[in-house]
Parts: sequence; C-alpha cells; structure tokens
Amino acid sequence: MREIALHLLDIAENSVAAQSRNICMAVYENLQSDLLLVSVADDGRGMSEKTAQQVLDPFYTTRTTRKVGLGIPLLKLAAEMSEGELNLITEQGKGTKVTASFRHSHIDRMPLGDLSMTFLTLLISYPHIHWVFIYQITDRLGQIHEFNFDDCELKETLDNMSMTEPSILKFVRSMLEEGIKPLALQAAN
Amino acid sequence: MPAIKSLEELKRVREEALQKKQAKAAAGNIQVIVAMGTCGIAAGARDTMKSVLNYIETNNLSGISVTQTGCIGLCEQEPILQVIVGEEHKITYGKVNAEIAQQIMKQHIQNGVPLKDHVLPI
Repeated sequence: MREIALHLLDIAENSVAAQSRNICMAVYENLQSDLLLVSVADDGRGMSEKTAQQVLDPFYTTRTTRKVGLGIPLLKLAAEMSEGELNLITEQGKGTKVTASFRHSHIDRMPLGDLSMTFLTLLISYPHIHWVFIYQITDRLGQIHEFNFDDCELKETLDNMSMTEPSILKFVRSMLEEGIKPLALQAAN
Repeated sequence: MPAIKSLEELKRVREEALQKKQAKAAAGNIQVIVAMGTCGIAAGARDTMKSVLNYIETNNLSGISVTQTGCIGLCEQEPILQVIVGEEHKITYGKVNAEIAQQIMKQHIQNGVPLKDHVLPI
C-alpha cells in the first residue's frame, strides 16, 4: 500500500464485514506535536481477546478465500516504521476501534493520500452503513481546521436515490473534495 | 460545519436525477462490482473504482449500480472487476487498471460487448 488512505479503506472493510451499522473514520494531523493519528471505529460484532491478539498475525484471517489476513499487520508495520504504533480496542458484541499513530515528519511516514476518494468509495459501496468522517488539522500555530462529515442529512435528502446517478455522484464527490482539499494544503504548509 | 454544500441544491439535483432514472428504468439493471479486499486495494482497486465513477459522471450514465466485494480468492488477478447486465451471467475481469476500466465501461456497459481479452475463465 502506498497511502495511509488506502490502509484506512482496507481497515474499514473489516468493519463492514463485522456487520457494523455505524462506522467513524477519523484523521488527525497535528503539526505542533508532530503527530498523525488515524482511526476506524465501528459498532460491529467485535472480537474476543484471543482473536484480537491473532489479528496482528498475518497468518490469521476469518476469510475462507485465502489463508493470510494482511490488513492490520500491514498498517501496524507502516505505523512502526515511522515511530508510531497500532492500537486495537475491541469488545465482543460492542465493536472495534483500530488506531494507528505516526510521527508526522518521519522520513518513512507514508503519505496520507487521497482521503476524499477513500471516503467516496465507502459511501457509495455501502449505502446501508451510517458513515462519519472526521479530518482535523492542528497547524503550527495551534489553530484547528476541520472537515466533519456525517452522512445523515445527505441520505435523508437523497431518500434512497442511488449515489451513482451521475449528477448525485458529482455533487457528493465535489462536496468531499472541496471540504478536504483546502485542509490537505494546510497540512502541507 | 460546512458538511453539505447546500441541501436545497441537493434536493434539486435529486429531483432531476429521479426523472432521468425513471425514464431509463426500462433498460434493465447494470451492476459494476469492484473487488476490494486487502489484495485488491494494494493492487490499485481504488483507482479502478475512481475510473468507473469518473466514466459514469463524464458520460452521464444513469441506472448503474456500483458496489464492491471482498477478496474472491484470485489475488494475483487483482484489481478484479465484475459486470452483471440485467439477467445475464456475471462476467469477471482481471488486472483491471484505470485504463482498462474505461474500456470496459465503454465497450461492455455502453455497447454491450464484453472485453474478451480481460475476462477471467471462472
């Protein structure tokens, strides 16, 4: 994987597979404390303590189509390569939260990548899930810039209209891009 | 929180899309499925997805549902894209980069002719 945004997409797939109804994806860039924090929190079926240990092992997976499960180990590796770590909080029947931290300025830190495309892909592919996306940047002066997106209003207004109708797609895509792009520029400064 | 550009605008866009979709409904349902397991994502499935959505948007194609599936056990063929047109059998394509996705959208979805060179024998 070449982007953190791709890892997030991948981790969110686990949440979907765990039959979650609400999934929150958050990205916090703090330039003051030189930290990048990403998380995916769901209310899916969760894991037992034993399973939570096992998912860190690439040779564990619940899928039956292939024998290795690389999602979480790959993200763990990416975090550890840039002085960060991966954290997994889970409770059976309650949900799971995966958090990964990175030293923002670390030479080996993967670029954040195309967050808006990751959000768009999830929104479109899983319309039955309630999505919340948070992107927050604390700049060097300590000022906070944020893009918070909760799909409630959007879905209520769409009233079951498919998000892949071209004009709707254009609306949703540009809404995400226009919200995220100016923030990403902030973070690059 | 400027999350939604303008709900009024969205309502208007929705009404227009609804009329267009109803006009098109008789043509039969088309499904495009992108495989997005870890293997698919690592191989570029999100770019494939982007390319499909981009094609729909620029060519104003109504009535196409775009979804995704997990790993289907053919990791070496990723990115994988599947197409179902109406009642026809599912056709599975392998190694679908952004460019091939555009070709599939044009030839298979728009013109109804599958791209034989990229079809996986499953």
